[in-house]
Amino acid sequence: MNDAPPLLEVRGVGHAYGDRYGCRDVDLDLWPGEVLAVVGESGSGKTTLLGALSQRLSLTDGSVRYHLADGTVVDLAELSEAAVRRLWRTEWGFVYQNPADGLRMHVSAGGNVGEPLMAIGWRHYGRVRAAAAEWLERVEIPVDRIDDAPVTFSSGMRQRLQIARNLVVSPRLVFMDEPTSGLDVSVQARLLDLIRSLVTDLGLAVIIVTHDLGVARLISHRTVVMKDGQVIESGLTDRVLDDPQAAYTQLLVSSILQG
Amino acid sequence: MNQPVLAVSGVDKTFTMHLQGGQRLPVLHELAFEVHAGECVALGGASGAGKSSVLKMVFGNYAVDRGSIVVHGPSGAIDVAAASPREVLAARRAAMGYVSQFLHCVPRVAAQQIVAEPLIERGVAAAEARERAAALLTRLAIPERLWSLPPATFSGGEQQRVNIARGFITELPLLLLDEPTASLDARNRDVVTGLIREKLARGTAILGIFHDAAVRGVVADRVVDVELFAAATVAAA
Repeated sequence: MNDAPPLLEVRGVGHAYGDRYGCRDVDLDLWPGEVLAVVGESGSGKTTLLGALSQRLSLTDGSVRYHLADGTVVDLAELSEAAVRRLWRTEWGFVYQNPADGLRMHVSAGGNVGEPLMAIGWRHYGRVRAAAAEWLERVEIPVDRIDDAPVTFSSGMRQRLQIARNLVVSPRLVFMDEPTSGLDVSVQARLLDLIRSLVTDLGLAVIIVTHDLGVARLISHRTVVMKDGQVIESGLTDRVLDDPQAAYTQLLVSSILQG
Repeated sequence: MNQPVLAVSGVDKTFTMHLQGGQRLPVLHELAFEVHAGECVALGGASGAGKSSVLKMVFGNYAVDRGSIVVHGPSGAIDVAAASPREVLAARRAAMGYVSQFLHCVPRVAAQQIVAEPLIERGVAAAEARERAAALLTRLAIPERLWSLPPATFSGGEQQRVNIARGFITELPLLLLDEPTASLDARNRDVVTGLIREKLARGTAILGIFHDAAVRGVVADRVVDVELFAAATVAAA
């Protein structure tokens, strides 16, 4: 497993809004089963980086190479739109900070989880529903809510439903943008524990953007610290947080401890 | 002689405090020592001499300015001082365990699961891992009614014993112990001393900080005085 090639190879990546760079000169590798946290304050470029890596924003500079499930390596910028859409259906997931952005709020919970299965060709209604019910259970949503729309759910339940909708097709790589912010502390703990165990069980690779260093410590193996659009420190998560080298990382870490 | 499980040589460690105007705090200079299989080495020196920092550097938790920290695991040697994050994680999985002074509580995870996790992560079946966790928790006098609860609400001594159980459940070539018997009563201290001696008998190399002189006297083969490697303090720039 140590000799497996990286899932994602990111070299010199930058995205510019007009003539101002949102992020720039980013190099990183991500291996299967690895959770990478991207931390920094708002405006540091972390969400822009997530957008650029997930092909939701164009690359102004650099390249992102991705190892497909079938073993071939592709340069993401060279993929057709149809090929990128296929990746989103079969190999990638995206968990938004606001569940309403990732869910269909007026479609039933079962429909939200079943829809990605139908998009990859599942046709048998009973099997789709059974798989949806199983996933609701895994994300701790009572199965008797399967016919209720997420608009009737609490924010914690909505976020768990969004995770089920993303994971039901067994993706290989999931992008998460601040998935726990905006939730109460106890709800946050439950969600983090859920993400942590699902990631381990499924062997997912995850890139998670968060401003919360506690979230990074709890679920990530490696951490990248961003400031002004650039990576200023990266490494093993516990080393970055316990022995930060860059002035800005020391400031971030000390600010957390005061909280 | 056999090669050591842990070989530290020429290690310097300085903390640069950017929030205090870039003040540099040199802690260690030319640190060097070895730990062999079945041997327990205690780190000595006054509080603040850098004993915990040594354990953290060996575990890869602290960065190293220069020098090497070579750990010989089942799949070969790795220099933690120079290794990539993935290599450090692989070395932790295959070659070294670390019992910190305090349990890092993960919200909502039950005590028995916390103890069993290191085995499950290394491929042991969940049922067997939980069984072995139960045996260790019993030995460390954690009442069975607590096993299904997250340790966040446990007493300090109970949390520390859960932490010890988690650290001792695996059989790895190198075990790092940071004050394992602090906040334990005499009976539990004896249990931990017994666990340490059993590890040594099975060939584990142990590097530890033992505040308690009685415990140190029973388990340690020799002491490495960290103060001998103290770096000269340099005034702020």
